[in-house]
Amino acid sequence: MERVPVLKIGDILLVSIQIDMEDQVALQLQEDLAERIVATGVHGVIIDISALDIVDSFVGRTIAAIASVSRVLDAETVVVGMRPAVAITLVELGLSLPGVRTALNVELGIALLGRRETVTIDGDDEPADDGSDPAAVHTS
Amino acid sequence: MSLSPDEASRFAELLNRHAEPVVARWTELVTAGLRGRLSSAELRRQTADLQHAFQQALAAGATDLGDEAAAELRAQLSELSNGRARQGFSATETAISIYAFKEATLEALGDQSDVAALKEYLAFSSFVDRAALFTFDTYVRVRESIIADQTEQLLELSTPVVKLWEGVVAVPLVGTLDSARAQVVMERLLQTLVDTSSPYAIIDITGVPAVDTQVAQHILKTVVAARLMGADCIISGIRPQIAQTIVALGIEFGDIATKASLADALRHVIGRQKRTER
Amino acid sequence: MSDDSQRLPVTTDQDVVRVRQLVRTVAVAVKLSLVDQTKIVTAASELARNTLVYGGGGEVEVSRVQNDRRAGIRIVFADQGPGIIDLELALTDGYTTGGGLGLGLSGARRLVDEFEIDTEPGKGTTITIVKWCR
Repeated sequence: MERVPVLKIGDILLVSIQIDMEDQVALQLQEDLAERIVATGVHGVIIDISALDIVDSFVGRTIAAIASVSRVLDAETVVVGMRPAVAITLVELGLSLPGVRTALNVELGIALLGRRETVTIDGDDEPADDGSDPAAVHTS
Repeated sequence: MSLSPDEASRFAELLNRHAEPVVARWTELVTAGLRGRLSSAELRRQTADLQHAFQQALAAGATDLGDEAAAELRAQLSELSNGRARQGFSATETAISIYAFKEATLEALGDQSDVAALKEYLAFSSFVDRAALFTFDTYVRVRESIIADQTEQLLELSTPVVKLWEGVVAVPLVGTLDSARAQVVMERLLQTLVDTSSPYAIIDITGVPAVDTQVAQHILKTVVAARLMGADCIISGIRPQIAQTIVALGIEFGDIATKASLADALRHVIGRQKRTER
Repeated sequence: MSDDSQRLPVTTDQDVVRVRQLVRTVAVAVKLSLVDQTKIVTAASELARNTLVYGGGGEVEVSRVQNDRRAGIRIVFADQGPGIIDLELALTDGYTTGGGLGLGLSGARRLVDEFEIDTEPGKGTTITIVKWCR
């Protein structure tokens, strides 16, 4: 079975999904990521799905689960690079990825995670989430 | 009344013998009919080609325009009507270009007053008539496809997505927004967000006279799709009646930001950008 | 009216991936727009997974179809599983028996132009979907 590689860059784990994943591969990724977050102690996870030409409810559910698990492990997840056709289809499908943060590309995703860190250092427990943060788009 | 193979070959021979004067006279008639909107050199080339195609078709024994032997002729006729339709000539002007062939040929026949010759000419004439009707049909088809293309181009023109500021794109919607157009707008807006990596989009509906449930749904879906991709949409320019409609239809705009004007929306976005850049 | 239909078994996870790839190829061949390609492939993925998970495996048939105006793609998912007892409930958003989001059936229906479901408890389920070129 193929495995999706997880790269560590600074305080971030970067996952770039480049294959049409079998369900089992997606579940494996969810497990791998949880283990890597604990092992590396990072505070951010970026999942790049720009190579995916579809996201169905299973993959969507897995992504939402990864985000929830990461949050419990004190890491913020940002999903980046969703294609327009995929987004339109997800809306029609009725899948909204609640609680998952999104950004247009890896660069904006890293910036989003960076801001969160700044806020935390300032002693502000909550990341700015009053709708004033451009990249902090919650998909709920 | 259709041509017999025998008659066809006799006309082919006649056209061959009188090629020069027939083409000259035909060109003259067509030029007069089109009142100089095409150069006579160009028309002469067209009529010479057509005359040749008619002659070839008849020589090959074509008794009907649908015959295999007339395939080349049909291609020539299509090409002619295609050109005429695109150059803006009317269907009548196009068909008359072919009808003129009869007159030119009649003159080449000279003084023959026997009944047999008359019958032959009638058969030939109906063959040419069918050729003219064929151009008419082709003409209509071409015009229809031109109209379809133009509709598509209009759709493209009517949905410009512009970069308004660093990281901000806007789509000013003007005119009635039907479902098909709303869909085109949605796709183009989202693609532009990716292409320009802009996290903000402003959908300005100042120029939209009315919004129905379906269109409102399309706008809402665009906003949700943009969020999934990591961008935020602001809707500006909602007219009072549209606001009333939205409420009356029970459409939930939820937490989507709305601003009175495009300028307000832009100010709002730039303000948010500044705050996050600190 | 259909031609060159292709069949694939659906008995493993990999088969679901193969169904997606086949549907994508045919959708491109009938010239569906990019968004419509994405919708039909997504719908096929949902339904193929249903065939596997709830139907205990089955078969998928993908064909090009043509009516007097447009070309399209038709996909039939067939299984000999337990069938669906309460169809109306199964088509409700959020209803699930498999621990998913419950969007499979209802969601897939929204992504296609035609959706037909033929099911009998104990006998199995056949779902036919069609997407036409715009």
